Amino acid sequence: MKYLSNVSTLRLQAAKCTGCGVCLKVCPHAVFVIKNKKAVIVDLNFCMECGACKMNCSFNALEVKSGVGCAAGIIAGALRGTEASCLCE
Amino acid sequence: MNKFKKVDCGCDTIANCCGGPKTEKHSQIAVLGGVKTKAGDIPVVSAKLGFKDTLGSWRMRWGFGRYSYSIEPGIYAVGKPKNTSPVFVSANYKMSFDKLRKALADIDCFILVLDTKGINVWCAAGKGTFGTEELIKRIKAVNLEKIVARKQVILPQLGAPGVAAHIVAKKTGFKPVYGPVRAEDIPLFMKKGMKADEKMRSVEFPFKERIVLAPFEIIGSLKLLTVAFVLLSVINLFKSGGLNIQNTLCSFLPYLGSAFVGAVLVPALLPWIPGKSFAYKGWLAGLLYVAVIGNMWFPGTTVYFTWLLILPAISAFIVLNFTGCSTYTSLSGVKKEMRYAIPLIVVSALIGIVLNFL
Ligand code: SF4
Ligand code: SF4
Repeated sequence: MKYLSNVSTLRLQAAKCTGCGVCLKVCPHAVFVIKNKKAVIVDLNFCMECGACKMNCSFNALEVKSGVGCAAGIIAGALRGTEASCLCE
Repeated sequence: MNKFKKVDCGCDTIANCCGGPKTEKHSQIAVLGGVKTKAGDIPVVSAKLGFKDTLGSWRMRWGFGRYSYSIEPGIYAVGKPKNTSPVFVSANYKMSFDKLRKALADIDCFILVLDTKGINVWCAAGKGTFGTEELIKRIKAVNLEKIVARKQVILPQLGAPGVAAHIVAKKTGFKPVYGPVRAEDIPLFMKKGMKADEKMRSVEFPFKERIVLAPFEIIGSLKLLTVAFVLLSVINLFKSGGLNIQNTLCSFLPYLGSAFVGAVLVPALLPWIPGKSFAYKGWLAGLLYVAVIGNMWFPGTTVYFTWLLILPAISAFIVLNFTGCSTYTSLSGVKKEMRYAIPLIVVSALIGIVLNFL
């Protein structure tokens, strides 16, 4: 299932990428493939901005503004004047 | 809704992140005995779930009794592990732990339980409690290097947003390996020499996972329904000059239906409803619903227009909230759709209410 198009904040800096393949292993939506020893974004629109790839890329080649894609969390964040977050705990 | 304090649905693939224990007390798990290691005796837990475990997960799903559903962080054993056995890492949300140990029936191993404040892996990773620091701390706290010789820990892939594997490796010497998304796939993952294929790594959002969230969505929409009910009573009071319970209840039925459309029908039929935006899907289904009930029983022009303006708005709002449960919506995407959907929903509902007083 695909969500809205062209919204993800995911960016890949090919120059820093070593093609280690870690991002492929952690991404739950198969956003990357390796081509010519570099990671390539196959379809940005599958990205849910979970942040797993950025967190595990030891070469800082990935950037994404991660957070919860959750309306209740965003409303909660707006009401409290913070970032979107689950109002739980 | 519900002050956004929803209970965790507990399906623990990706689930709504709200909830968690309200107390510090941990649930008890039956211990079968102990395994001797260089770091002392480690409690052995059963890979079979008992009746109490099943009952507990059912209660969590329906949000009955917000009792603590966490377990004590630390190290546990399944089967008869030796110092060459694998180590799996789990959250201390009891349902995460239960799913894991159930999948480990034929594997002698250790389970390292992190303190995620009783929240499932995915949500805890997002919050950072299933995270780099906690993992480093826990590996040291249980003296893992004395327990196993192989310097490796297997993490659920859904923990990856919280854990920087390379930092854990550098700080502890233990190399994290990401296992499959679903605990059920662990036996196959181990058989394949600890390789997760693309299917094991992908998160889907199948019918079963969507429908399991229905109770949770129904409970989540109760607040909204209460507001609708009170408003209707006021409108009825205003119109007929008396509080006619039967009348109010009857006119409330369509509202109940619109909540059902948003909480159950749209989630169930999600991939087949046109549109990408959740609010749009909900609105469209709500509109269709009004057309259907209006066809079966026409309530008069004013009420029909009220329905048209309010019922799809209710469905849209409830479905919009389902983004929190879905496993593919992004923060940027939800923000974008909320920017136009929320004002439209509010304006539509307000016009619908005002219409009644004209
Ligand atoms: S993890 Fe980073 S360096 Fe490795 S392939 Fe992905 S982007 Fe490239
Ligand atoms: S943020 Fe998550 S979904 Fe997006 S590319 Fe990275 S790992 Fe994949």
